[in-house]
Amino acid sequence: MTLEFVLLIFLPIVAALFIPLLFRKIKGIHTGWFVLAVPVVLFIYYTTFIKTTMDGGHALSELQWIPSLGISFVSYLDGLSILFSLLITGIGALVVLYSIFYLDKNKEKLGNFYVYLLLFMSAMLGVVQSDNVISLYLFWELTSISSFLLIGYWFTRDGSRFGALKSMMVTVFGGLMMLGGFILLGIMGGTFSIRELIAQSSTFVGHEFFTLALVLILLGAFTKSAQFPFYIWLPDAMEAPTPVSAYLHSATMVKAGLYLVARFTPIFAASEVWIWLVTGIGLLTLFWGSLFAVKQTDLKAILAFSTVSQLGLIMSLLGAGAITFHVDEALFSFAMFAAIFHLINHATFKGSLFMIAGIVDHETGTRDIRKLGGLMSIMPVSFTVAFIGSMSMAGLPPFNGFLSKEMFLQSMLAIRHFELFNFSTWGVVFPVVAWIASVFTFIYSFYFVFKTFAGKQKIGKLPRKPHEAPFGMLISPVILAMLVVTIFFIPNVVGKWLVKPAVMAIQPYQYSHPSEVGVHVSAWHGFDSPELWLTVGIVLIGGLLYLSLSKWQKFYGIQPDTLSLNALYDTTMMFSEKGMNRLSRIYMTGLIRTYLLYIFAFLSVTTIAMLFLQDAFAVDMSSFSKISAYGLINAVILLLAVAFVLLSKTRLGAIISLGAVGYSVALFFVIFKAPDLALTQLVIETVSVALFLLAFQHLPKLSDHGEKKSHKFVNAIIALGVGVTVTLVALSSHSQKLVQSISQYYKDTVETEAGGGNIVNVILVDYRGFDTLFEIAVLAIAGIGVLGMIKLRLARKESSDENK
Amino acid sequence: MELLMAVTAGLLFTAAIYLILSRSLIKVVLGTGLLSHGAHLFILTMGGLGGDAPPVLADGVDSFADPLPQALILTAIVISFGVTAFILVLAYRTYAVHKTDDLSLMKGNDEHD
Repeated sequence: MTLEFVLLIFLPIVAALFIPLLFRKIKGIHTGWFVLAVPVVLFIYYTTFIKTTMDGGHALSELQWIPSLGISFVSYLDGLSILFSLLITGIGALVVLYSIFYLDKNKEKLGNFYVYLLLFMSAMLGVVQSDNVISLYLFWELTSISSFLLIGYWFTRDGSRFGALKSMMVTVFGGLMMLGGFILLGIMGGTFSIRELIAQSSTFVGHEFFTLALVLILLGAFTKSAQFPFYIWLPDAMEAPTPVSAYLHSATMVKAGLYLVARFTPIFAASEVWIWLVTGIGLLTLFWGSLFAVKQTDLKAILAFSTVSQLGLIMSLLGAGAITFHVDEALFSFAMFAAIFHLINHATFKGSLFMIAGIVDHETGTRDIRKLGGLMSIMPVSFTVAFIGSMSMAGLPPFNGFLSKEMFLQSMLAIRHFELFNFSTWGVVFPVVAWIASVFTFIYSFYFVFKTFAGKQKIGKLPRKPHEAPFGMLISPVILAMLVVTIFFIPNVVGKWLVKPAVMAIQPYQYSHPSEVGVHVSAWHGFDSPELWLTVGIVLIGGLLYLSLSKWQKFYGIQPDTLSLNALYDTTMMFSEKGMNRLSRIYMTGLIRTYLLYIFAFLSVTTIAMLFLQDAFAVDMSSFSKISAYGLINAVILLLAVAFVLLSKTRLGAIISLGAVGYSVALFFVIFKAPDLALTQLVIETVSVALFLLAFQHLPKLSDHGEKKSHKFVNAIIALGVGVTVTLVALSSHSQKLVQSISQYYKDTVETEAGGGNIVNVILVDYRGFDTLFEIAVLAIAGIGVLGMIKLRLARKESSDENK
Repeated sequence: MELLMAVTAGLLFTAAIYLILSRSLIKVVLGTGLLSHGAHLFILTMGGLGGDAPPVLADGVDSFADPLPQALILTAIVISFGVTAFILVLAYRTYAVHKTDDLSLMKGNDEHD
């Protein structure tokens, strides 16, 4: 029996169950050491699949969840999922190792930390391996939640809570949009399986939901991957512990959006909207992020904006790669390769840079770049790692960033030659913006490493006396830095093992075997390649700008804070909270009259409108019986009594008039041949009036409390509206009786079946005896209630309140 | 006759709603009394006002008033009596505790939100 590896997705969650126990019981050993085993085991296990994916194959393992709805947990391992799984478990292992030395086992709540982290690891593995969109969404939201918990890890700080809430708001908004897109896809394709959706994707083009589903899914991807304008949560998420920033907010979770775009490229690449949105937003994000990274003064904020920028770069490459769906030319074929390749490179160098930022913070007590400087000789190892990472980020040889940057520029240059969808006119913008963004990337890379490590030493001003980090903390960044250099020298091995299978998974319409991806990475293209000269230009212009940084950095101050996207977010949040509060206070006055006005106005307006719309005014006079003289006189008496109730200035007058109304109602019952009703009405009216008189002494005097004329007028209008509604409904429904009364049955069977002569009484106690039973119950409850209200005096406590 | 009764019931409703919308607690109680009268007449009218005799079996009588609405109204009268008695005492207690019958003053405060 083969191992059902879908269960491995849940291994971290299962491990998380034991973490609090280990944390409590075993005080001597840092809990992280136990956690470390999980990603290491998974990493080793997932490497065994590389051989399968290199041959263009895939592995599948399924666990039924809700079969009747077509929802299951599926672990579908092809080139793309394996690449991501290796990143998640590999970087995960390094981050756990780093966190063992970063977080103090006595001061920190490690039990919480590692539970959240393992939860996240499971969620992330689930996202990249799920073949079922519904379970993909489940894991997607689980990453949002675990990220929320991790950002808010130091929950006593305001910044942490704000950042956690902001990231939650933005990513959950996107997640819900994405769910909408998934459901539309499910409606279009009749299945939730991504493989089956891809197989029939050609039938989706032109479907009415196609573009909507596309935009919704892209919203999910853009919010998660911090694309413009949704990047705003990422800089605030830097309040998280640095291992979290390194893991979630540079290497894995923010790439979930990229994964989503890559995974759905075969379905949506046929669309112009897709290519324009993914490439355009990606490029805009690249530019925007690189521009604002130079403005930041906090080490992690620089890295956050650089992550935003680099994610935009990969996103734009994914968009450019989708062009191959339309034009099968070698010119465009390497964009997708470059995207995946840079994705790996970014995970390596950005992970190491975050760890270095954490080390600097840990050893000096500050992350403010204005306070730092001259740490090169004190922290040589950290400096070396930071240097390697930054130079790779800037795109310089001999580091892996150089290779992917060259391929990126090459792809952007190639876009000019794409002839569909107006790219031939607008395409020239792409390489220009990409080049400017690369210049700024160069600047902030230098800014990051040299402002921190070079220049004058300011040791006296630092909160702590700096020294090199402990050996254990350096292991992870050093391994990552070594990878950065290694990949530069063996790009084609990485390409063959990891990148090409992933590219094949993204472009199944183009390749049937990874070896067909005809891309050969070489560091040297010769002097005649335009990318080389672009890179030279980047170094020259970027170098000049960096050297004159102090002269032009102040221009960033021109942008007022109120015009930023953060201000927009804050205003929106404030409006939703305060504005909605104010709105509900406007209509929820706390006065019963207001609510009754709403209810009665709604009742009469909607009823009359419906009568009008349904043309139900037809009144059939012929069905009416004759007006009797007694009836007419009695009606006049009744209405006079009603008028007295309304106009009476005294309580006694009103009560007696109310009694008169009751008695004339009883008279109506007599006129309309209802003796039982008349009897009951007479008795009850008498008792009611007696009750009113009993309470008379204790009742307040009649008064309108000086109510405004306008209020009385509105009341009268509404009251009249309800009265008219009642009359109209009565006439209209009486004229349109559709079926005969069932009373004939009662008349026929009252003697034979029930043995009685008074039909009303037989109905009450025999045919419909249940009504009577519960009517008795109502009387009993009312009696108990009255007794309770009179006897019970819980108000003693209240009255003491009133005395205060 | 149905036309007259429909108008009467409508006017009873109008008066009742007008009283219920007022600020005085005692007027609201009076209003509910009128409202139940209006509803009872409404039901009776809807059942049809024809019929020559009360719905009691007797020799030689063929055309009865419809007994079903009468049974329904009988139930409704008893229930509305129970409710009226209850809210009357409720009004009395409210007045006794709060020393006012002005409904515009009975809106709680922010502590009770």
